[in-house]
Amino acid sequence: MAIYDSRRRRNRVAKVMAVGATVFGLAWLVLILAVLLWEGFSGLSLAVFTQMTPPPGSAGGLLNPIVGSLIMTVIAVAIGTPLGILAGTYMAEYGRYDKLTIVVRFINDILLSAPSIVIGLFIYEVMVAQMGHFSGWAGAMALAVIVVPVVVRTTEDMLILVPDTLREAAASIGLPRSLMIRRVAYRAARAGMVTGVLLAVARISGETAPLLFTALNNQFWSLNLNAPVASLPVVIFQFALSPYSDWQKLAWTGALIITLAVLALSIIARTLAAQRKSS
Amino acid sequence: MSAVEYARPAVRNAPIDVGGLAEKVAVRNLDFFYGENRALKSIDVSLYLGRVTAFIGPSGCGKSTLLRVLNRMYDLYPNQRATGHVTLDGQDILAPSQDLNLLRAKVGMVFQKPTPFPMTIYENIAFGIRLYEKLPKSELDDRVRDALVRAALWEEVKNKLGASGLSLSGGQQQRLCIARTVAVKPEVILFDEPCSALDPISTAKIEELIAELKDDYTIAIVTHNMQQAARVSDFTAFMYLGELIEFGDTSKIFTAPDDRRTQDYITGRFG
Repeated sequence: MAIYDSRRRRNRVAKVMAVGATVFGLAWLVLILAVLLWEGFSGLSLAVFTQMTPPPGSAGGLLNPIVGSLIMTVIAVAIGTPLGILAGTYMAEYGRYDKLTIVVRFINDILLSAPSIVIGLFIYEVMVAQMGHFSGWAGAMALAVIVVPVVVRTTEDMLILVPDTLREAAASIGLPRSLMIRRVAYRAARAGMVTGVLLAVARISGETAPLLFTALNNQFWSLNLNAPVASLPVVIFQFALSPYSDWQKLAWTGALIITLAVLALSIIARTLAAQRKSS
Repeated sequence: MSAVEYARPAVRNAPIDVGGLAEKVAVRNLDFFYGENRALKSIDVSLYLGRVTAFIGPSGCGKSTLLRVLNRMYDLYPNQRATGHVTLDGQDILAPSQDLNLLRAKVGMVFQKPTPFPMTIYENIAFGIRLYEKLPKSELDDRVRDALVRAALWEEVKNKLGASGLSLSGGQQQRLCIARTVAVKPEVILFDEPCSALDPISTAKIEELIAELKDDYTIAIVTHNMQQAARVSDFTAFMYLGELIEFGDTSKIFTAPDDRRTQDYITGRFG
């Protein structure tokens, strides 16, 4: 009985420590969200979505950075997703047993964990310095470079989860490999792959460093991607560091908007993933 | 390689009366390797038109491997290779020039676990048909229906053809897979332990189905269930450690096998 009692004691201690660690971690998260809501929510108004970023002391909103962020995110995803899916498909389907796949996977993992400021500097060197000016295209490219490894990884992982028996079944009725991938494997892995793309969107929507060196910022309304483009993270960065209280207020509101957008995306991603498990 | 050269009947120990039977698939001197590991050793065996041939033997004896050579399923994986000769209607299917998709359209396969595609019941069947034929909708509907009727599944699914194939029970899914295989109009059907994941009622249905299908197809079935082999097959091959020990009429193999090892296996002394 003594062994049993001491085991129960140890169990209780472990449980208390685990719960404590969880509470400690979650508390900070809740605190951050609470402050964000507290500071940002009061600033939410129609003007935020309809007016441009103001000079200090005037009224204004965040329309140009919101639109700039949306455009660059869409372009980045449009460039990064096909590349990522094609590479992930090669690694999981055509080249699963190739040495090349091992090399690509290794490099992709490095890219996946590369600090985003390095990616920003890289695009600065190859695009901004060459073109002689900051631009929305450079910003979108920097974000695309961040999207690719995320999508490669999730695509490969999701396709590898598709059981080989399904591939064999497809082959057993004479299905060519390309059709098997498009019509059977993609279908089986669809929810997971979409989740990967959404995660990539969530990841880039808060990135500031790569945009600082590429898209820079723009105080005015501009849809010209050959010129500097405003983005939410950079505006938040600039306004939050400013000494003006109205700018700081807008920075809080912008932070809240990004957080809510990412939260919405995560919920969509989770819902899709749950569907995948149940189907 | 001419077919004539290999036209001797595949007889090891038990002579069988193959009078009048056409040899659909002929396996001669087949070796199979997983990397360096020789999993099949000089296999000689034949499948006869309109007959069911059962492959029995303990786990790891090479039954499934042999089946996977017949439609070259092993080609999906690296480091697996077959040497020797396997002919389908006299054509060497191990030849590098063999079109694998055409071969697999002729030699269908039903797997141990049901593997419906992640699409509707209707699409599961129509998908394969569309690969080879361009049919108007009404004809396609007929073909889907025919396949489901053949697989004894039509009555259970006729009102929910739009439902996911994955929503069916295990036994139904396996019959859906048989319907999918049949719909492509193969000449040979390979069953790789088709009932091992099914309950007895579903198993009985599949066995009935095999009995009905054999009029039109040449069938090979791998099974761990000896009663099943005895019930459904005309010929039985007993394999052990990668070798074909004995091949003959099912009734003979189960009542008076020539080889001691066959005798021991069917009486349950090992395996």
